[in-house]
Amino acid sequence: MTSQPLTADLTRHAPPAGGFNLTLLRLEIRRLLRNRRTVLFTMVLPVFFFLLFGLNSAYANDRNPSGPGNVSAFVMINLALYGAVLATTSGGAMVAIERSVGWSRQLRITPLSPTAYIAIKMLTAMVLGLSSLTAVFVVGGITGKPQMPVWMWITSALAVWLGSLVFAAFGLFMGYLLPTENVMQILSFVLVIFAFAGGVFIPLQQYPHVVQEIAQYTPLYGLNQLVHAPLLETTPHLAWVANAIVWLGIFCAGAIWRFRKDTARV
Amino acid sequence: MQASQAPGARPGSGPPEAISLHGVHKNFGTVQAVRGLDLSIGHGEVVAFLGPNGAGKTTTIDMILGLSQPTAGDVSVFGLSPRQAISRGLVSAVLQTGGLLPDMTVAETARYTASLFLGPRPVDEVLRRAGIDEIGDRLVSKCSGGEKQRLRFAMALLPDPELLILDEPTTGMDVEGRRSFWAAIREDTARGRTVLFATHYLEEADAYADRIVLVSHGLKVADGTAAEVKAMASGRTVRATLAGADAAALGRVKGADSVEIRGDTVIIHCNDSDSVARYLLNDTPARDLEITTRGLEDAFLALTGDGADTGTASTGGPR
Repeated sequence: MTSQPLTADLTRHAPPAGGFNLTLLRLEIRRLLRNRRTVLFTMVLPVFFFLLFGLNSAYANDRNPSGPGNVSAFVMINLALYGAVLATTSGGAMVAIERSVGWSRQLRITPLSPTAYIAIKMLTAMVLGLSSLTAVFVVGGITGKPQMPVWMWITSALAVWLGSLVFAAFGLFMGYLLPTENVMQILSFVLVIFAFAGGVFIPLQQYPHVVQEIAQYTPLYGLNQLVHAPLLETTPHLAWVANAIVWLGIFCAGAIWRFRKDTARV
Repeated sequence: MQASQAPGARPGSGPPEAISLHGVHKNFGTVQAVRGLDLSIGHGEVVAFLGPNGAGKTTTIDMILGLSQPTAGDVSVFGLSPRQAISRGLVSAVLQTGGLLPDMTVAETARYTASLFLGPRPVDEVLRRAGIDEIGDRLVSKCSGGEKQRLRFAMALLPDPELLILDEPTTGMDVEGRRSFWAAIREDTARGRTVLFATHYLEEADAYADRIVLVSHGLKVADGTAAEVKAMASGRTVRATLAGADAAALGRVKGADSVEIRGDTVIIHCNDSDSVARYLLNDTPARDLEITTRGLEDAFLALTGDGADTGTASTGGPR
């Protein structure tokens, strides 16, 4: 032991961007893909549903009421949306597990800022959402059933992906709200309800009038209409956009509220 | 939180203290966990924060790490706010409550943490120091408690911190695990790192710390070297068989500090065992008399027990 090093080197700096970096993102994604249940639910399940409902020759080749595409393409977009929404919700809800095992607390004794942590979680959720919708679109392309112009494949995929951001926020909110490791079991049930109510699984016209009225205010209604707008060549209604934005606002506000509570230094 | 002139920074008197606490109070509702703690720890000191469960050790450590804020008083680390000190990698800690992700491997967990610091120590080197380089590919969920604790230690070494805080780091480890853990810490602190560790193992405090800060009920009850702390509660215990003992009368004997009666056995803690023994043998029918000296264990009990005077008694030199 020397007597010299007793003056500490205090000329250090904090990392830029609150500690946000690509190594984190890479490790988070690898972690997600390691979880078989997540992969099964977010990729295999929507693909399976598409194979079940999107290829039925009774209607798959029928034309949609408007636009150049067929019904198979319509169903593919439905299930890509469902998959992407499941995926981003799972990604966001991972904070529940991280809180329950004490990892969030561990991270608070590192330079990682809470905002950078949320950014990582959102991005991871969005990457998972992208892989889910890509899986559905790729399998759709391979079967050759869905018919629509190439640019519609791209705009539809983009609409689904951007729209799934709403549910990354939903996942985060629920992840901070529900103190359980089994949060996804609750949430996948909630999402099925949202999907039925938003007309993702069954067209809303088949419901009684009262249900249709209520359905317009549920979180997947606006998104479901918007992601089909390119295919059906319809101009997005203001009500659809408002639905998506209001729900995004609610979920973000909820996530921020719970997050503040969680990271408050009491 | 900007600390333009943190309390620990004293311009003109050299570098700021590693840890500086002034009049720190922490209340949880009506519970006073910490009741006015002053503490100043200089560079290169290895300090044991010793006290029974519920003494306020973890609460204090949380405040030093910026995980919670004091109800009153000031906390500074190297003259900075705790959060600033953490952001710059000056402080790291092995926490009791710090969790690990079960679905990451040991090496991934370390790489994840390393990526958060500017200029961290190499992951391989740190895993080797902590003695877990062989199990880098193992999932955390497959690791034993001791291996997880070593991983937490490895993570704490990554920023090459100037101050290392360990909150009961060897809880749940067997004797051999504890010994090799401390050997690793020792080897690592030889270059003058400041270490604060909380423990309720007296032998750990005695063996590894230069200085012991003893806390009880949210107050500092002793602060000094192990020898000084032992001396504070110096005295002996006289034990004898005595049926129908009169506790009040025994308590009045010159040199008796406390009297305990267990059936026919009386136990008297005293600073003058001769006087107590003489009284027992001359003035009572006591027999089987036994006189023992107190170890650190008894010092600990005497200083932290409910009967102890809760005033601050510092034995250390000028701190």
